[in-house]
Amino acid sequence: MFFTYLRRELRRRRRAALVVASGLALGIALVIVVDAVSSGMGRAQARVLESLYGLGTDMTVTKAPEPSAEGEEDDRRPRFRFDAQGGEDGGEGEDGEKQSSDRVMVQGFQTLDAATVTEVGEADGVAAAAGGLSLEVVTVDGEFTPGRFQQPEGGGRPGGGAAGEVRGGGADFSVDGFSVHGTDVTRPALGPLTSSEITDGRGFEETETSAKVAVVDSAYAKEQELGTGDTVTVGGTGFEIVGLATASSGDAAADVYLPLAQAQALAGAKGEITTVYVQADDAQQLDAVRSAVLEAVPDATVTTSEDLADTVSGSLSTASGLAVTVGRWLSVVVLTAAFLVAGLLTSSAVSRRVREFGTLKALGWRSRRVTGQVVGEAVVTGLLGGALGIALGAAGAWAITAFGPSLSAQLGGAGGSGASGGPGGVMGAGPAGVMGGGMRQAASRSLDVALTAPVSLSVIALAVGLAVAGGLVAGAFGGWRASRLRPADALARVA
Amino acid sequence: MYELTGVTRRHTRGKDVVDALAGVDLTIADGDRLVVQGPTGGGKSTLLQMLGGLDRPTSGSVLLDGVDLAGLSEARLTGIRGEKIGFVFQSFNLIPTLTAQENVETALVPLGVKPRERRERAAEALASVGLGERLGHVPGELSGGQQQRVAIARALVKQPRVLLADEPTGNLDEATRDEIMDVLETRCEEHGLTFVMVTHDSHLARRAPRLVTLREGVLVPS
Repeated sequence: MFFTYLRRELRRRRRAALVVASGLALGIALVIVVDAVSSGMGRAQARVLESLYGLGTDMTVTKAPEPSAEGEEDDRRPRFRFDAQGGEDGGEGEDGEKQSSDRVMVQGFQTLDAATVTEVGEADGVAAAAGGLSLEVVTVDGEFTPGRFQQPEGGGRPGGGAAGEVRGGGADFSVDGFSVHGTDVTRPALGPLTSSEITDGRGFEETETSAKVAVVDSAYAKEQELGTGDTVTVGGTGFEIVGLATASSGDAAADVYLPLAQAQALAGAKGEITTVYVQADDAQQLDAVRSAVLEAVPDATVTTSEDLADTVSGSLSTASGLAVTVGRWLSVVVLTAAFLVAGLLTSSAVSRRVREFGTLKALGWRSRRVTGQVVGEAVVTGLLGGALGIALGAAGAWAITAFGPSLSAQLGGAGGSGASGGPGGVMGAGPAGVMGGGMRQAASRSLDVALTAPVSLSVIALAVGLAVAGGLVAGAFGGWRASRLRPADALARVA
Repeated sequence: MYELTGVTRRHTRGKDVVDALAGVDLTIADGDRLVVQGPTGGGKSTLLQMLGGLDRPTSGSVLLDGVDLAGLSEARLTGIRGEKIGFVFQSFNLIPTLTAQENVETALVPLGVKPRERRERAAEALASVGLGERLGHVPGELSGGQQQRVAIARALVKQPRVLLADEPTGNLDEATRDEIMDVLETRCEEHGLTFVMVTHDSHLARRAPRLVTLREGVLVPS
């Protein structure tokens, strides 16, 4: 009887039921879309962050910056010495002879002892830790053209001295560079290389700790016309390219990946690393892990993915902010309005059915049965709204994924000083102090990420919950009214 | 058996105070057929509500089989209505979305009768009032007389002790009126029901073995 009565009643009042269901559907669809967009933003941010230091890395440990004293020159920074009359370091050369110099430098010039990896790995809450060394290889080549001494026509000055002036001359040098990352090949699950996919050849094998092998970013390989099996020269040493890696999103963390020991040898930084990549036991307890790591390595800088997320700016950040603030509030307002409208319409429907409910009470129906009938109708209407809302929300999320814009993300704008290290070091700390910003790696980096709006099972469950809640709210309005109804009203209406 | 003693019912609407019943004493024996007559606003429907446990007196007592309905909880009163009292209303008060059979079944729902038995008993009740061929019709597909027959079947299907009818032929033409009254009287006689009917129709009043008149809340000799 309950379901028969419910079904017939909803069919009779299908227009009113559709209005209530549509209101709830709108609110629920909005919740789904906002949640999906928020998730999409989260994924986009995660992809951006993954491109910084790889999948599975929850935090990085770098050396805290040590500012040099004013006026003091940092002897770790490379110097390029050229002689207008000869080659570098005083080498002889003819006029106009090309001169070239390359330097392998540690990015950020700040290093940690490799033993730090062990110390960090033993800290509470740390599941795994791996070291990495970020290098920058800078090549400067070009030529000096000395000026020519020219005497005016008519000879020297009175008195016999040579009169004239130096004209012409100058220098024409180009600066080029690429980034290198020394990877702990024994821990392939951590570090920047995990954010790339091996698209040709293979990755490092765990036994290749000292092998002269390299994995090259596919974009860099294309630019330099390199392929698997070729040799890439880094700091005068040739490395066999065993594989090409393609970054999952944005730019790769480095152009060339080498085994850590090889990178250390090239940079003259044996036993040194720039970054420890840390995977936590529980990604929700990063603050506790950070404290434990800092206790183990007091002079380090610990950067978590959350810290990095704060450095993301650009349209991704703006859209994310909008989704979180405006979208959520809009959802709350629409849902509240939908709930209220549903409640009022249900209450109004009960008012029109006073005689009907009064009659049922006169026949012996208890108040809770009458109320249950009203609530049941409202909940079914709510579920109908939920189904409509899920369909509408899923369609909206699909449309956003299919036709949504690409968002740009500016990363780590504040982290670009040469001494910042950490993920900043990976992503942007070039030797800007030396080369005045002429490097490929800028202090910050811009990535384009396609906006997606994934609809999760949890948000579907939330939608169903909201639909039921909406129905219960509406039912509570109507049920309260029905429960207060005196059976005498049934007769009063017809007396 | 009903025993009403000093029953009053005062309605207050703003500053207006209306005594719908002003001290009614009445005894109705089991199996009695009583017609309450009187002018509109005289308190007839209020008296019927007291007898049916739909309203409570302001003062006085309404005893049904020795139990004072005025002192019972709402749940207990609902239970008594469900088991012992059948109602027939002037406007039929059928659920418009339910079929004739389902409408009759609504009276069996509070008694916890299983669906299959409900359907069978409802069909029998409808057949007994001549609507065996109309089980699947909704009220909108039935004439006024047929709707009132459905209402009578609904009132009788649970085999009540008392049948209360409030102007049961008020919305019907004369021919249908007599037809409905025949049905009511026959069914009450067959089942030995206590039958109380409120009407202002003097033709119907003349058919009653016992007639009382209610005027301004007070029973007056007929």
